[in-house]
Amino acid sequence: MSPLINLSRRAVLKGSGALILGFHLPFLPVPAAMAGSSPMAINAWLKMSSDTVAVIVARSEMGQGVFTTLPMLVAEELDVDWQTVRAEMAPLDPVYANPLLGSMKTGNGTSLASGFLPLRQAGAAARLMLMAAAARIWRVPLTELTATAGVVGHAPSDRQASYGALAGLAGRQPVPPDPPLRDPTTWTLIGRSPPRLDSPAKVIGQATFGVDVRLPNLLHAAIRHCPVLGGTLGKIDDSALKAKAKDKERSPTGYRPGVIAVVPLTNAVAVVAESWWQAQTALADIAVSWNEGANADLTSASLDSALTKALDTTDSHAIAIAVSHGDADHAIAGAARVVEAVYHQPFLAHAPLEPMSATASVTATGCTLWLPTQDQEQYAKLLPPLLGLKPSQITVNTTFLGGSFGRRLESDFGIQAALLSKAVGRPVRLVWSREEDIRHDFYRPASVSRVTVGLDAADRLIGWRHRIVAPSILARVDPGALKNGLDSAMIAGLDDQSYALPALLIDSVRRDTGVPVGFWRSGWHSNNAFSTESMIDEVAAAIGRDPGHLRRTLLTDVPRTLGVLDLVIARAHWDRPLAPVTGGRRGRGLALHQAFGSVVAEVAEVTVFDDGRLRVDRVVAVVDCGLVVHPDVVKSQIEGAILFGLSAALTGEITFDKGQVLQSNFHDAKALTLAEAPTIEVYLVESREAPSGVSDAGTPPIAPALTNAIFDATGQRLRRLPVADHDLRAQ
Amino acid sequence: MVTLTINGRPVTTTVANDTPLLWLLRDQLELTGTKFGCGSGICGACTVLVNDEAIRACSVTVASLADAQIVTIEGLAGEGRVQQPDSLAEQVIAAWIAEQVPQCGYCAPGLIIATVALLRRTPHPSDDDIDAAITNLCRCGTYPRIRKAIHRAASALPQSSHAQSPHGTPPAP
Ligand code: FES
Ligand code: FES
Repeated sequence: MSPLINLSRRAVLKGSGALILGFHLPFLPVPAAMAGSSPMAINAWLKMSSDTVAVIVARSEMGQGVFTTLPMLVAEELDVDWQTVRAEMAPLDPVYANPLLGSMKTGNGTSLASGFLPLRQAGAAARLMLMAAAARIWRVPLTELTATAGVVGHAPSDRQASYGALAGLAGRQPVPPDPPLRDPTTWTLIGRSPPRLDSPAKVIGQATFGVDVRLPNLLHAAIRHCPVLGGTLGKIDDSALKAKAKDKERSPTGYRPGVIAVVPLTNAVAVVAESWWQAQTALADIAVSWNEGANADLTSASLDSALTKALDTTDSHAIAIAVSHGDADHAIAGAARVVEAVYHQPFLAHAPLEPMSATASVTATGCTLWLPTQDQEQYAKLLPPLLGLKPSQITVNTTFLGGSFGRRLESDFGIQAALLSKAVGRPVRLVWSREEDIRHDFYRPASVSRVTVGLDAADRLIGWRHRIVAPSILARVDPGALKNGLDSAMIAGLDDQSYALPALLIDSVRRDTGVPVGFWRSGWHSNNAFSTESMIDEVAAAIGRDPGHLRRTLLTDVPRTLGVLDLVIARAHWDRPLAPVTGGRRGRGLALHQAFGSVVAEVAEVTVFDDGRLRVDRVVAVVDCGLVVHPDVVKSQIEGAILFGLSAALTGEITFDKGQVLQSNFHDAKALTLAEAPTIEVYLVESREAPSGVSDAGTPPIAPALTNAIFDATGQRLRRLPVADHDLRAQ
Repeated sequence: MVTLTINGRPVTTTVANDTPLLWLLRDQLELTGTKFGCGSGICGACTVLVNDEAIRACSVTVASLADAQIVTIEGLAGEGRVQQPDSLAEQVIAAWIAEQVPQCGYCAPGLIIATVALLRRTPHPSDDDIDAAITNLCRCGTYPRIRKAIHRAASALPQSSHAQSPHGTPPAP
């Protein structure tokens, strides 16, 4: 390096050593919630030091790869060596709002879709500002400069400077309003699979998850909720926890050694102690009476019959019509053949491997949270009234999420941690036991769907009527979005289905049950793909058509979906018979579904042994998710989405008696194991469309692909999940 | 009061004798690479090596381990490492990264330890060996990659010689 560079480098780095480039990209949409609140709508932040580039990631990393894919977008345009890129989690700040969701939130497969343009623009703008800085130092025209692999160069004078050395001055250059983006044919990162940035810390146990947060003076808390859902705390008798005479001196709190406080919460009791095990064992020694409330008599049978009964409602005020074109009732009434079926799907738990956890430090002047969450912003709204603080006094630090699948959209564990810290005046780390996690989830709603299909004399589909009855999620999370009390969101995946149907009537009936419900990987798409893709298969069987080829005839006008279907038919060797096995029957099932902007088709191959055992041998998936930023991350997400959905379809079911969840841990809320996992092949469709959601989109097709395969193998049509509830022995 | 050997160092603890090893590691010693997933011995997130066997730390008490050699993920990798850099654990960790196994990554430390224990006993496991030995849960569904990573780590081991244990105990037959 020339002496001039060393000089300039010293000048630039004199201040802080690591300098921050901020970007104001005024041409990007500013969410309504931000309008007026912040004059600086910064869309991406980049921190540079002499040897690393830290990209601030404003989406929670829960396994879906945002700590890799979002930095790739910045790095591609910035032109830096991937080895020098680091990912850093953003704090809660309005500038990090997700423009597609209106707040700092991770979900709905929006992370790449919302970041694809702005993050590349941020990288491109930064590169131009670095060049502008070099042009000023060297007093040369911008056009004579190159900026590549983290170095700005001036060939005529043989000078070079690292991005890091230029960062400070670059941050003071005007922000180019419309930086040109690279021609996609010159991309060196997008479309390849550079190593994930989060893996190295995770494999050696050094990544900080919610349960790993360490603070000086930290206390630990365990919690026990009212076993009846919706019930509240009555009386606490903690006399068994009182210190014995010999321990009195060591115990300023009056409790046995280690126990600091017993804290009543609205629907739970918590113990704060010096270690989690002390807190957890103390909980077991407290006698609690609960106010069981309205759900005390709730059972799975009563829930199922309430939902099933509502299928036949004629009360037009109870029915939300989502799609009505043609006259489906009339077409079905005049049909030569009618195929009708009712599909029952259970409540499901999320059960990410890391149980619910949060750490909070509450003082008179502020509350700081460290927690794994998909929704940082909710805490700035929910906590101030509970703590007597202002929204600006709430700080949210996001740890890695040990899985989520929608569970960590909820606020419960974070609020509890804050209330506990406030109660004891010290930082508290709350960790739920697995039993509390399984029993106090916001469950994937159970649903009952009736699908009626009319065919004409030539076996053409002429009418399709589809009704889903289920408890509403919106009624709790966004009641303002209900229309006349109806939740029309529960038809997701039905209203935009691709099949050519001349007459279509889709409606939903809301039946709240008292069971708390929430979004589970892919939301309502999981319920609706099962009923739709089961029915297509039933129609094919009724008219003696191949279910893959019947779908083809219904998709001729939808080339993108047809392309996905054709590819899965080819890759799965759909038209070739399966090799037989002795002692069992083999079958293959197909399902496809469009969700979060992506189209996914899956073929499952199963063996059903004569003794009733089921083995899922292989799953072939084809995905069109638009432009693929990181092929290996997409494949891993689809693999994961398939196995998550398969686990649920095989054994997943939360059941109730006396208002209480009957399952409690992985022995009865079973999760798929390695030995049970099929081989998975994932094929990606090449596309130049904008990237769309992946980690959710892979889940909906697997349950119907599985039951369609079981039908193919055995002739048994499973209309009620999970599969484990059925006897598959050869008759 | 119990004295245990953790990552090659003696540790004297005053926690109650029936405290599971997991909570000694996580809360007292701040060795948080050992994860809590179920507390019931099912998920394997808390797997550690006890005398070179994969043991679920949530299901053994501190008092039962007085004479045992305990190795956590921190003892296999990173600054607290008690093994040679070219050890079996390094191969397994490298394979986990090469196959891009982790999604959320919460299961990874426990699975890596379970794999080290498997490969120490069975340096070249078949798929059936893997199915039988690796019962840890991964809710993100990384199983196909876990299998590939185990085979990859195994193929990096010498065909004939046995993997060395860090404490000089011969591998079980
Ligand atoms: S936490 Fe020990 S096996 Fe799950
Ligand atoms: S990667 Fe999330 S549990 Fe395995």
